Amino acid sequence: MIKNYFEVIRPGINTTFQDLGRNNLYHIGIPFSGAMDNRNFILANSIAGNKENTPVIEFAYQGPLLKFKGEKINFNITGNVSFNLIKKEGPIEGNCYQNYTLEEGDQLDIFSTNKSVYGYLAICGTFEVQFQWNSCSTNTKANVGANNGKKIEKDQLINILDIHSENSKRRLEYINTKIENIRVIKGTNFDYFSDKGKKNFFEKYFTVTKLSDRMGMRLEGDKIENAVNTNIKSEGIIKGVIQVPADGNPIIMLSDHGTIGGYPKIGVVISADYDKLVQLPPGSKIKFQEIELPEAEMLFKLYQMETKNLILKIK
Amino acid sequence: MIKNISNLGDSALYCDFGNDVNREINSKVLKYFKNIKKKNIEGITNLTPSYNKLIISFDLKVTNYKILKKLIEDLELNKIEKLENNKIKIPICCEKEFALDIKRLEKNLKISEEKIHEKFFSKEYFCYMTGFIAGLPFLGDLDLSLKTKRLETPRVKIPKGSVGLAEQFCNIYTFESPGGWNIIGNSPLNIFDKTNEAKPNLINPGDTVIFEKISKAQYEKYND
Repeated sequence: MIKNYFEVIRPGINTTFQDLGRNNLYHIGIPFSGAMDNRNFILANSIAGNKENTPVIEFAYQGPLLKFKGEKINFNITGNVSFNLIKKEGPIEGNCYQNYTLEEGDQLDIFSTNKSVYGYLAICGTFEVQFQWNSCSTNTKANVGANNGKKIEKDQLINILDIHSENSKRRLEYINTKIENIRVIKGTNFDYFSDKGKKNFFEKYFTVTKLSDRMGMRLEGDKIENAVNTNIKSEGIIKGVIQVPADGNPIIMLSDHGTIGGYPKIGVVISADYDKLVQLPPGSKIKFQEIELPEAEMLFKLYQMETKNLILKIK
Repeated sequence: MIKNISNLGDSALYCDFGNDVNREINSKVLKYFKNIKKKNIEGITNLTPSYNKLIISFDLKVTNYKILKKLIEDLELNKIEKLENNKIKIPICCEKEFALDIKRLEKNLKISEEKIHEKFFSKEYFCYMTGFIAGLPFLGDLDLSLKTKRLETPRVKIPKGSVGLAEQFCNIYTFESPGGWNIIGNSPLNIFDKTNEAKPNLINPGDTVIFEKISKAQYEKYND
């Protein structure tokens, strides 16, 4: 049997294996992890013709440069990503949401995500990865998951277990849209903040700073003043929680967040807006908009329906 | 027993057991945690018990706040559910190179290093919760004379195994991490083992911890 694998010529900035994440471990301190942008993860596997929870490669900003060794493999990239296939005949500019074929010696050069953060590479087949607690998702802080819990590194080999090739021409017409208004439900410590602080939170623009990663997104803007206490007794945190520490700058907890925290929670980003939130690169301006629980639940149903419709549109 | 249940965003229940931190309230939290965990309720993805709160996260594709709130309110608690309570001995070395904040503590608490050690090693500690980073135990309560604030500027990197104090609690950093607790020593023991999926944490909520002072020589030989 021919061995199929990728050789990592350039690893990119934060390239990891991800799937849908791992459940039921918050109580021992392990976060959910998983692909940051759930919709683009699902679309990548759907276009590839894989099962929904198949491991993919997630990259941020600059992606990897990979050399393919083996017979032939199909793949696609989702997100808003610029990439080239470097073939013997010369380079071909790639489009997202479309399957391409790589042959022995071909290279895939994923230069960058455009005005966004995360992109996904799914092959029509499966990568050889380790699973921990039923998930390959890599948490580089706790060194849990595939690749010994580490980012993909230069010169390493990424082995491919099996390949299916019936979907070589599948594609989807889709353009990611950006959002500026992030909808939130008031947090359990909303009343810790002064009237001016609350007003700033919902009326002013905040800037996404460079100190943002898979753990959290740090924002900067008009200070959100605390009127009660800048600490709470440490308690559980979930994805999307917006904490405000003593300096008055909000931090949004993302997929690899610490499971326990001691800062007041001013709000929680609704599930329907999470995928688009994580795609906002440093420098983006955002504004928070308050909504109630029933509306958030409805918006999530709508978001799920949109994703399903996109899957149906893959041809 | 739960004082109030509210929603934390659109996919979690926030169960409030009160504002105080004590073993009685924490045992109630843990009792709920163990009962709910055992029941494998459809849609629940995570449970996070802490000193006096329990957060129940769920998959919004499967269930919702209203349904789960009703389920938790009507939950019949298993009365005989007894908390497992293991006694765990943790060796720590308090040599200068490990005790990053001992001088600070002497100054802030206005007691000598010897006195700090005497107070610290003479108590048994209760594990209220684990988390923040994988396997990190929150242990209490410290002797009142050791009650202290977190560092004003947290360290970017605290070495693995560091034992820290903050407020009336102590903890053990299970791997290198940022953090703001006052470090008094280091344990050579592995507290979190990711390869043991069934029981990755050496210390679990409800357990009792006793610290044992070891020398530099014992520390170095510990993992041989």
